Amino acid sequence: MSQETLSGWARKLRAREISSRELTQLYLDRIERLDPQLNSFITVTAESALAQADAADARLADGEQTPLLGVPVAQKDIFCTEGVRTSCGSRMLDPFVSPYDATVVERMNAAGAVMLGKTNMDEFAMGSSNETSFYGPVRNPWDTERVPGGSSGGSAAAVGARLVPGATGTDTGGSIRQPAAFCGITGLKPTYGRVSRYGMIAFASSLDQGGPMAATAEDCGLMLNAMAGFDQRDSTSVERPAEDFTAGLDQDLKGLRIGLPKEFFAEGLDEKVRGVIDAAVDVLKGRGAEIREVSLPNSHLSVPAYYVVAPAECSSNLARFDGVRYGHRCENPEDLMDLYTRSRGEGFGDEVKRRIMVGTYVLSAGYYDAYYLKAQKVRRIIADDFRSVFEDVDVLLAPTTPELPFALGAKADPVSMYLSDIYTIAANLAGLPAMSLPAGEIDGLPVGLQLIGNYFDEARLLGVAHQYQQETDWHTRVPAAFA
Amino acid sequence: MSVEASEVQRIAHLARLAMDDEKAREFAGGLSDIFDFVEQLDGAPIEGVEPMAHPLDAEQRLRPDAVTEPDNREGFQAIAPAVEGGLYLVPRVIE
Repeated sequence: MSQETLSGWARKLRAREISSRELTQLYLDRIERLDPQLNSFITVTAESALAQADAADARLADGEQTPLLGVPVAQKDIFCTEGVRTSCGSRMLDPFVSPYDATVVERMNAAGAVMLGKTNMDEFAMGSSNETSFYGPVRNPWDTERVPGGSSGGSAAAVGARLVPGATGTDTGGSIRQPAAFCGITGLKPTYGRVSRYGMIAFASSLDQGGPMAATAEDCGLMLNAMAGFDQRDSTSVERPAEDFTAGLDQDLKGLRIGLPKEFFAEGLDEKVRGVIDAAVDVLKGRGAEIREVSLPNSHLSVPAYYVVAPAECSSNLARFDGVRYGHRCENPEDLMDLYTRSRGEGFGDEVKRRIMVGTYVLSAGYYDAYYLKAQKVRRIIADDFRSVFEDVDVLLAPTTPELPFALGAKADPVSMYLSDIYTIAANLAGLPAMSLPAGEIDGLPVGLQLIGNYFDEARLLGVAHQYQQETDWHTRVPAAFA
Repeated sequence: MSVEASEVQRIAHLARLAMDDEKAREFAGGLSDIFDFVEQLDGAPIEGVEPMAHPLDAEQRLRPDAVTEPDNREGFQAIAPAVEGGLYLVPRVIE
């Protein structure tokens, strides 16, 4: 039963083969029974989920055909949900019950999706292992001694273990794709500006982008149809006509030009992972794609540029948490400075403090040119590399991560953790759409394949992924303990 | 670049983060590693390159100067740590 995909359930709901209430209860039961092993949810909203399910059933009875109507989903706890705690994985926001809905939540509610709860995440989305959450680490359903990736680790683990058919994520430097790869699911980071950031708690505003995480490319397309769209309330939202992201699913791959950026296959890539990616390339070649090697000569500068730009923006964004208007406030402050420093000192965890400090330093008087300005210039040459490559190819293909899911506690020093996003960050810096899909298994652990597309080419990416998923069954695999 | 604990304290103060000496020493190593790591940008071929502020080089969108949001003052203040008479409370700032 739980093996069914989000799209499959959507069809069954519309055919009235199952009610939304039955389906919602099925997943709520799975969460209650299985999530203690994973810790993928921070908050489960059983009561409101059943009420939403009943409302969806009434709409279905009226013959409404909206694709997500009655389908259970989970929201990453970075998206504000009215009347429901929105913690962002932080002690700072542990007491925060949002007074409004994020645009993504509002749109998914309007589409009739049923929210089962809020998923665990790295604190303020800063992390690649989901170990920085105030609510404790999330565990990987394929091996509970290993991390699920981060920062959208709760969403990835929950979908991987089929505790929910689809969940939202956000991706600032790889936070949808890397956990999708580690948990054996499909996840898409859209073009910057596609999905509204309104009510999505800000980390690095020029990079943050929300997107879908689910079992298949088709599922992700259905979710993105509900999530994406222009929003007046997000100043960087792109004004484009509504698009059907499932429109390219059945497009064959004949003549599709796929580029393999050689820098993403260089030293540092696990040989077994390379083998999996090579096999995936052969599958796509077999379906008519043309493969060529390309170069992104400045991609090695992505991670260092990111660790200037992202902390700088984070230090600015997180200045709003002052213990005055919402969130954690220290006991008995002596004066205003004490109120600020102790509320922030107590409310933020170490990784968040580290990034705030890096950002504060690089933006402090006299250092702006040496760090932030330089990083923004590097960002342009990285984006320009992509522009020139996309004159010759339609899609780029690479591993999502250089290695398999690692053990909890394995990456204690910050820089080694940062390097786990070495293949994902460049797409964020350039603002390009990119996705990860399951492409193999090594020693019982999933391996992710990354596709990077040109601006606004999500439908094509999902099409390539869907074609791959017609010929392979990696996306159908569920860890034995959760089958 | 080696960051000393005293420098960590200075940055923490700028960032309004309470930090004791032990914690500052603990952060010093990680911050030094990060600043060493980002020094890789030093050799980047960026002469004459315009800094990139937005991936699509979008311009700031303008909207008519009209009220669009409803008043939700009570809702917003209901989640504040300390309010009184519609005001946010903070420690005394004027002696």
